[in-house]
Amino acid sequence: MTSTASAPRQLRHSVAAYLYRRPAIRLSMLLSAPLLWLGLAYLGALAALFITAFWSVDSFTGQVQVSWSLHNFVSLFSDSVYRTITLRTVGIAVLVTLIDAVIAFPMAFCMAKFTSPATQRILVIAVLTPLWASYLVKAYAWRTMLSGNGFLNWLLAPFGLSSPGYGLAAVVITLAYLWLPYMILPIYAGLERLPDSLLSASGDLGARPLRTFRSVVLPLAFPAVVAGSIFTFSLSLGDYIAVTIVGGTSQMLGNVVYSNIGAANNLPFAATVALVPVVIMLVYLAAVRRTGALDNL
Amino acid sequence: MRNRKLLLAGVLCAALLAAACGTSSGGGGGGGAGSTAPNPQGFTPPNLPALEKLGQPEGQLNVLAWPGYAENGSNDPKVNWVSPFEQQTGCKVNVKTFGTSDEALSLMKTGQYDVVSASGDASLRLIASGDVEPVNTSLVQNYADVQLFLKNQPWNSVNGVPYGIPHGWGANLLTWRTDLVTPAPTSWSVMFDPSSRYKGKIIAYDSPIYIADAALYLMRHQPDLGIKNPYALDQKQFQASVDLLKQQRGMVSEYWSDYLKEAQSLKNGDAVVGTAWQVTVNQVKHDGGPVDSVLPSEGATGWSDTWMVASKSTHKTCAYDWMNYIVSPKVNAEVAEYFGEAPANTKACTLTTDKTFCDSYHANDADFASKIFYWTTPISQCLDGRTDTQCTDYSEWTRAWTEIKG
Repeated sequence: MTSTASAPRQLRHSVAAYLYRRPAIRLSMLLSAPLLWLGLAYLGALAALFITAFWSVDSFTGQVQVSWSLHNFVSLFSDSVYRTITLRTVGIAVLVTLIDAVIAFPMAFCMAKFTSPATQRILVIAVLTPLWASYLVKAYAWRTMLSGNGFLNWLLAPFGLSSPGYGLAAVVITLAYLWLPYMILPIYAGLERLPDSLLSASGDLGARPLRTFRSVVLPLAFPAVVAGSIFTFSLSLGDYIAVTIVGGTSQMLGNVVYSNIGAANNLPFAATVALVPVVIMLVYLAAVRRTGALDNL
Repeated sequence: MRNRKLLLAGVLCAALLAAACGTSSGGGGGGGAGSTAPNPQGFTPPNLPALEKLGQPEGQLNVLAWPGYAENGSNDPKVNWVSPFEQQTGCKVNVKTFGTSDEALSLMKTGQYDVVSASGDASLRLIASGDVEPVNTSLVQNYADVQLFLKNQPWNSVNGVPYGIPHGWGANLLTWRTDLVTPAPTSWSVMFDPSSRYKGKIIAYDSPIYIADAALYLMRHQPDLGIKNPYALDQKQFQASVDLLKQQRGMVSEYWSDYLKEAQSLKNGDAVVGTAWQVTVNQVKHDGGPVDSVLPSEGATGWSDTWMVASKSTHKTCAYDWMNYIVSPKVNAEVAEYFGEAPANTKACTLTTDKTFCDSYHANDADFASKIFYWTTPISQCLDGRTDTQCTDYSEWTRAWTEIKG
């Protein structure tokens, strides 16, 4: 009886002892699942995307033809329309990021420094609540609000202004609204870690509030702003739904990808275009890394 | 050092994947390239057999349809012809709708659908790629009552072999807000003329096939271009059409592919004039928006739709039952009246609730039907019969469409 019960225990012991003595194996077992996920599902998909970009498609039957060529890349670079769309998309992403940073920073600062812990919790929940609603509901809500006889027009009419209507401005407004929580939360987390004593010390040394903000708060909170900007920038860069709902006639990179898959059925060219945001993000991350912001995250 | 090792591992991983992809696809790619001498329609369809006899209904059917073609009561509880079919045949129907022919084409490529209502700009491409198979019309009882001028047409048959059952046809109409656009327009020039008073309030269709609308306009307004068929454009004619659309873009408020989005824009007055289907007009009227539509003096592009069976379908008996059901006189009348198009079944005309319906849609008027330029896929061989020049094919249209939208 005792011998049968102790056998598994003994095995367990010896396995545990073995693993204890060999930390490398322990670590590799622990990391193999997430690494497999990262390697196959994520990097594998990216690699497949990259390979597909070299193929082409039969224009009539729509069948993918597997033959290597740089044709897709040539048309991506030679057609000025794709340059225009890329610049427009980056412009929108930058604008959305800037607007979100300008709105989010004071908000996060107030949340972190001027409120009691209980209120802070409520405010964090309040910031998160828009994320509970579906993306589409929010985008369509903006479509209704921006309409010619919508809420925004009614609000602005007494001042002699009118709603911007459907177009690029509407896209920027909608995206800035949609991604605002992703900017507020990292900045809030960053500012919360900023000790109050530093602010007092700065004041004691005779710095005015603006000087304290510029020399103490901003440098310390900068990594958090960068973290937020990675979210808002990348999310805006890949968006194609908001622009179809409120964008009027304009299109972004995502729309070109979507219409090449959905409408033109040209998967290889869609893959080529999809590489553009990937490259832009890599450049952005490299630039961010140079500022040292990633090390402080 | 460690970073470099990781990088090396990553590169090796990617190379391995590339090799795997390269070899696996090398064998499969051969099929697409092997096209032989083209027939008068410019291609040779793969040799697929039609169904020989019906079996037991398989209990399920996946329908890919234009919005308004396969209503199951979810849009309007009173509009439902899917449920009676389910009760009659025991085939449970899943409906997926699409907004453009290109969307239908790529959805059909997934192989998840059994039947599709294809317009002429999708049907030939579906046939050429082998996504649909010939239809044995003797298994579709109601085919006998279908209008003669719709049978064995270039968009639904190849070399006399029928590939589907005609469903209905109609035109892309000029639509406007009756309270905001006066006088009532009779020409497409309200949408194309740079001096149009409705600049910034124009809504246009979001598909490369819309280039044909511009070509049709030029056909009437710039006869010296010599356009005979808006789907057969040589380089010069094509460029003129594209230029016209680029100029129109500055006046367009939105492009639509979702008809409900267009209905909303028309209802709210964000767009006051545009190109629309009758079903959109009916929807706006239903929601209380004052709109009207007309077939303008230049004529119009339009559609002639065909129900086709997917070659990979595993529910073919249900698919044939569906085709027979949907073109049966009563249902064909219901669909035609709901969508706003001419029904294909000659007997449908006596069963419409509005007795003048078929007259107003010219359902029995073969001459009228011949004046609409039905959506068809542009190919490099000119469809208007010219042999001295090359026409622009659909891939050029697609590329130009991205350029037009900018």
